[in-house]
Amino acid sequence: MKARFLTATAVGAVLSATVLSASAASAQSNELTLCWAAWDPANALVELSKDFEAQSGIKMNFEFVPWPNYADRMLNELNSGGQLCDLLIGDSQWIGGGAENGHYMKLNDFFAAESISMDDFAPATVHAYSTWPKGEPNYYALPAMGDANGWFYRKDWFEREDIRAAFLEATGRELGEPQSQKELLEIAQFFQGREIDGQTVYGASIFTERGSEGITMGATGALYAWGFKYENTPGAYDMEGAVNSPEAVEALEFYKELYKTATPPGYDNAYMEQSLDAFKSGQVAMAMNWFAFFPGLAADPNVGGDKIDFFVNPGQNQPASTLGGQGISVVTYSDNIEGALDYIKWFAQPDVQKKWWSMGGYSCHVAVLNDPEFVNSAPFAADFLAAMDNVYDFWQEPAYASLLLAMQDRLHNYVVADQGTAQEALDGLIADWTEVFEDEGKL
Amino acid sequence: MTDTPIDRMARATPPHLARRVRGLSDRAIAWLFVAPTIFLLLAINIFPLIWTVRLSFTNFAANRPGREVEWVGLRNYQRILTDDGIWANMQTTAHFLIWTITLQVLIGFTLAWLINRKFKGNDLLTTLIVLPMMLSPAVVGNFWTFLYQPQIGLFNYVVELVTGTPASSFSMLGAGGLAKWSIIIVDTWMWTPFVMLICLAGLRSIPDYIYEAAEVDRASKWRQFWTITVPMVLPFLMLAVLFRGIENFKMFDMVVLLTGGGPGNETLLASIDLKREAFEKWRTGYSSAYAIILFVTVFGLASIYVKALNKVKER
Repeated sequence: MKARFLTATAVGAVLSATVLSASAASAQSNELTLCWAAWDPANALVELSKDFEAQSGIKMNFEFVPWPNYADRMLNELNSGGQLCDLLIGDSQWIGGGAENGHYMKLNDFFAAESISMDDFAPATVHAYSTWPKGEPNYYALPAMGDANGWFYRKDWFEREDIRAAFLEATGRELGEPQSQKELLEIAQFFQGREIDGQTVYGASIFTERGSEGITMGATGALYAWGFKYENTPGAYDMEGAVNSPEAVEALEFYKELYKTATPPGYDNAYMEQSLDAFKSGQVAMAMNWFAFFPGLAADPNVGGDKIDFFVNPGQNQPASTLGGQGISVVTYSDNIEGALDYIKWFAQPDVQKKWWSMGGYSCHVAVLNDPEFVNSAPFAADFLAAMDNVYDFWQEPAYASLLLAMQDRLHNYVVADQGTAQEALDGLIADWTEVFEDEGKL
Repeated sequence: MTDTPIDRMARATPPHLARRVRGLSDRAIAWLFVAPTIFLLLAINIFPLIWTVRLSFTNFAANRPGREVEWVGLRNYQRILTDDGIWANMQTTAHFLIWTITLQVLIGFTLAWLINRKFKGNDLLTTLIVLPMMLSPAVVGNFWTFLYQPQIGLFNYVVELVTGTPASSFSMLGAGGLAKWSIIIVDTWMWTPFVMLICLAGLRSIPDYIYEAAEVDRASKWRQFWTITVPMVLPFLMLAVLFRGIENFKMFDMVVLLTGGGPGNETLLASIDLKREAFEKWRTGYSSAYAIILFVTVFGLASIYVKALNKVKER
């Protein structure tokens, strides 16, 4: 009797375990986790994805990590083969590592089967967010969020007669949106330390952050505008004369002058958040930041509306903007790849892309960007288009983290810590990058 | 005779098992008890150390599982020891160590000496002084960032009040030359109470009769201080220096929150640099060699220091 009871209990336990694990697996296949940075567009994507949930019956979960920790957190997740994310909206620089280390699924066959054409997306975004090796038709992501570094300013201050008169007297020209980097500096220096409505204000808030990518993203806005290049011949890693060209040296000296003479005190480690804070608190006349934040700024009750306007990063020797933005990739370690691909198929639809833009996301789809109404759809829409026509991105190599940290160190040492000259900083950068590429076996 | 639980357990032990245990020597039983601890020690300390040594001779990168791992011999060590940047980081670490320990010993000992007297409010004052060391380094790092803020920070405001230098004209955390001192100030503020407490324990361990005997011999207060107080507190002080030295050699959290190693590389301590090499650049083999060099340095210095400490205690 006792033996029969024990047998029955064991069989019951095994059956229960089987049923429970089957239902757990079934629940898992009906869920997707999308990982991204914690910022305004991510909230818009949560709202947008409700349509996908309704259509597919798949429940969407989201894992959003603040920007300063985003790369660390997500790259550790990928490197450890973690199954947290089914879908990842990863930074453009990760594409090389994602592809070569097998973290991202190659999407060519899927795109072909589902008739998703990369010709439907802006070429610059396909090149930057989807392809590896660069420019080759190997797609590891669908362009999800177009972005570039742009500028915004206190339109109400720029329109005040007393300020305009003072500017005209000081510079001999009318105060308006800068058309070159040097004009930008001149305007910023004009506002630096000026009293406006009883408050001391400053010229511009720029990126100087040292820990992740801040100062590189800020300074390259000037470097690209002067004509900075990473290589003389694309793919040859021949950096001498390109990275440390006279134009690059002049651009870096310019960025240091901008930092030293036209930014608020204490903004020596500032990135997106600090730039927004400086502007929203009325401390600065101008600020740089990613276009992704512009919808929120335009709607800000204190400094938005009529008080704000936007402009594309001014050129100097050429029009140029630093590329931001991300593509959406399927993580190969996902246990719901089919569901993840369904999400990408849904997201690639023109109607969904139009709704994405209307909710604050920056669509890269030509159905959105080429719409005649697009430029009037937001005060920064035309600037966004102009920026995306001339974007430049950092190295997208698998060793991008080492390359980026080297540039962060060299730039911060020169610009903020006053060590050495611009020429020495860029020469040193070539030495650092050469060492990285030698380790990679590319030199 | 009472029947204890141990007696009852002994009776309940099956005879064949009891015979087996009785057959073990004391040494074997000792090993039986120590074995789990030794196993854990080997698993979580010794094995990783040996593995790290092995990795330090390779080009292994933890984020590149598919890449072939090459044996590179002493190349990682050679690159580290000839890297000017790493030597600069070691100098920054040494600067931080020497100044924090010097200031903490001087101020900590002085505070202990002052507080070792009987006066009203002594207990309350002691509690207030030790408050900073009870805070988390993360909290300390964050709120000192605000204190050092040029426009709204209390620190700059006080400097302006005392010296007349405009508060917003300098940035403690962002200016070359000042950042090094800003982290020393914060660490000293936070950990001087720890040194003070150890010194206080030392001062209170000196028997009163020694001072009474010195009084009888008409020794001056100054002489009593140098011939009784200092020698008898010295072992305690050296212990405090050892603790603070080891802690500050691996200082990470507070400095990361204050400066992140900047501006430039001005406050880039060796431990912060090591973390960047290992977990941001993912140069696992290289960073293993870096870690071994730091380990040998700390271990070597600590061993020499402990020998000196033992000599002082023997005196």
